[in-house]
Amino acid sequence: MAQIGSFALLLALALSAYSFLAGLLALVRPGAGSERLGETARRAGIAAFAVVLLAAAVLVIAAFQDDFSIAYIFHHSNRDLPAPYKFATLWSGQEGSLLFWSLLLSTYGLVLRLRHKTDSRLFAHASVIIAAVQVFFLLLLNFAAHPFAIMQGSLPEDGNGLNPLLQYPEMVIHPPMLYLGYVGFTVPFAFALGALIMRYPGEKWIHITRRWTMLTWGLLTCGIFLGAHWAYSVLGWGGYWGWDPVENASFLPWLTGTAFLHSVMMQEKRGMLKVWNMWLIFATFMLSIFGTFLTRSGVVSSVHAFAQSSIGTWFVVFLSIILVVCGVFYVMNHEHLRSEHRLESLVSRESSFLFNNLLFVVACFAVLWGTLFPILSDWVQGHKITVGPPFFNRVMIPVALLVLLLTAVGPLLCWGKTSVDSLKRNFLWPTIGALAIAAFLIATPVSWGSPFGMRPWHDISYLYSLMAITLSALVALTVISEFIRGGHVISRHAGRNLFASMVHLAHRNTRRYGGYIVHFGVIVIIIGFAGAAFNQDKEKEMGFGDKMTIGPYTLVCRSYTQEDKPNYGSEWAIIDVFKGDRPIDTLYPERRFFKASQQMNTRPTIHSTLNEDLYLVYEGQNEDTGRPIIKAHLNPLVMWIWMGVWIMIAGTVIALIPNAAAAVRVPAPVRVQAEPVGAGD
Amino acid sequence: MISVSSTKRLCLLSLLCLVIFVFLGAGDEDARFNALGHKMKCVCGGCNQVLLECNHVGCRYSDRMRGELSSALSRAESDDLVLQSFVQEYGPTVLIAPTNAGFNRVAWIMPYLALLLGLTTVVLIVRAWKMRPLRAHAGVVAPLSGVELEHFREQARKETGI
Repeated sequence: MAQIGSFALLLALALSAYSFLAGLLALVRPGAGSERLGETARRAGIAAFAVVLLAAAVLVIAAFQDDFSIAYIFHHSNRDLPAPYKFATLWSGQEGSLLFWSLLLSTYGLVLRLRHKTDSRLFAHASVIIAAVQVFFLLLLNFAAHPFAIMQGSLPEDGNGLNPLLQYPEMVIHPPMLYLGYVGFTVPFAFALGALIMRYPGEKWIHITRRWTMLTWGLLTCGIFLGAHWAYSVLGWGGYWGWDPVENASFLPWLTGTAFLHSVMMQEKRGMLKVWNMWLIFATFMLSIFGTFLTRSGVVSSVHAFAQSSIGTWFVVFLSIILVVCGVFYVMNHEHLRSEHRLESLVSRESSFLFNNLLFVVACFAVLWGTLFPILSDWVQGHKITVGPPFFNRVMIPVALLVLLLTAVGPLLCWGKTSVDSLKRNFLWPTIGALAIAAFLIATPVSWGSPFGMRPWHDISYLYSLMAITLSALVALTVISEFIRGGHVISRHAGRNLFASMVHLAHRNTRRYGGYIVHFGVIVIIIGFAGAAFNQDKEKEMGFGDKMTIGPYTLVCRSYTQEDKPNYGSEWAIIDVFKGDRPIDTLYPERRFFKASQQMNTRPTIHSTLNEDLYLVYEGQNEDTGRPIIKAHLNPLVMWIWMGVWIMIAGTVIALIPNAAAAVRVPAPVRVQAEPVGAGD
Repeated sequence: MISVSSTKRLCLLSLLCLVIFVFLGAGDEDARFNALGHKMKCVCGGCNQVLLECNHVGCRYSDRMRGELSSALSRAESDDLVLQSFVQEYGPTVLIAPTNAGFNRVAWIMPYLALLLGLTTVVLIVRAWKMRPLRAHAGVVAPLSGVELEHFREQARKETGI
């Protein structure tokens, strides 16, 4: 098995290297035969996919066959590991996850190479760049982090097993999603660099890559929130985001990718920000590589760094090469990226995009700065320091509130210039509505429970929470008013009912209205985050029939017991949950002891409602009494976060759907009364 | 002369004052415990969590550290002194966020400085772009050809979405 895998990796390296070199030669020396040479490069890239797939399949089969002669399988699997986790072994360790990176990249490369007829020259450039990235990862796999390395000495009976934290259903899909996002940014990067190298005329490359970028961004979003949900469901500290360096690493390309998705519209619509967009996508790709480096090198201390090694130097060299290549081609061809339009007003869609981009980039800088500051401190002060959640919350919350404000304002501004009348017309009612909601939240009694009865003067976190909810309401109301206004226009012209008109409107400009739905999802998530200001927790040793009260809930310990399974042994309590006198649920907080890895792990249990989550953790046993210690968290509005993610996914899917043809065509010379629906995309 | 009932009343009042004082103190100590416990992290190296939020199974540090924090507070040490004693015992990484002193202050300043610089840059860019001349000659109104007209129509379609 190991020999087949090793041979496949070597062959994949040879094929990718050929794809890169032959493709490069065909591009730099056009002439007789170059077309055929380019075609062989394309086919070599396709063949590389098949061979990398073979290598990945061999590793998965080895995991299922408990082939502990392969060191990677010994370290990340064991005989009693359930089948889905044996499959997940592929991305559970460093070598496997690098192979998985390579597999995903070759899959993206396959799709790109099969669609080469869209624009053969641009695709040939992109194909060469992807082959170059592929060569780097295959070099790593063959010479620095070999997944098929053989165990030395006698063969072990059983493996060390998978990290218990990873033995959770979401971990079977979280890493692939995250990696699909990370790796996916290689494609828009390759197109952008290709377009710069060949001085590609017009904005067609952006049209070609738009869907790639949106899809990649959507997958990264899913990956990040799956990770947050996993942390919430498994780590047992009652939170979903801890500003851990590895979490930050996934957030960095997301921030610049989000900025790119917005600013690219300025290039499409107005021919502006060409240089900025080029560097944004370069930065996004480099941050994706940087994220992989951070996860795998162990350069910063993280609870997530499941594998640590010395491959950091490889990544630093690769990142330097990327930076130099991008810089050289930019210097050579930057004249090509000159802006076609000027900015007419500060109160315009263009300037809102500029400020939007500024905030996203500042947010990215702040997260990167906080993540790397311990290393900087080590260099300057001779010792590391911790940069944890209080730093990030204090820095990021104001930036996030400004982004929310722009999310409300930006979509209602017109391209070019927005008149004062238009501003009044578009913002008056949403602003009144948002302020009314804020007043209501303050005026309601505290006894109604969070988020009602907010007293922002009591604590800065309550103030932030109120501001977040008010601004979210403003965004929601502007989005709804946009749909209604647009629906009315269609309804008047086509004689349909308002709802059908709104659906038709969204179908006619899927990216714009899909984008609004994504914005709506974001504010639902923000409302969920705002609930964290009102979190409560309690801890108590609970014997038979003992009670604990938290918020509106009374918890009664019905029993506690132990269980032995092939992969782990567990201790758990049976807790009846009452609201008033009414029984509403029974929860089973648990602690597991994984036999192969000899590690302990908690399994929280959650009663989730729209208002709040009751989150119970089995903390351990009192050694004297043998009774379980239960920690209860009351986390308001958490369900809103997961609902918001689904809305974001729905919005992204809608934005990916091609536009329907316009049912109503307005003859070109007719002067049309300006409607807010025309604010633009 | 003080009557028995007055003495009783005085004793009760003193007792009440004492109880209020003790409970106020306890509340204050709880608040300090909570505040300081959220300024430090568990140093076990396995969880990277805020000290009072550490639920790391089998953690050998967090219980001990919480106990030390309680003892320090009961000795009526000031917040700074408590934090300093933890830094001396566990190293500077025990503090969950950079202090606002010395080089660590740079950590706090830089993000806001970046925001300020960015805002200034954007405003300058906007002003520069507003003053940038259009490619067409200003003041000359040339009749539009069919191709140009179609170009502007296409531009309008793109910008309005209609």
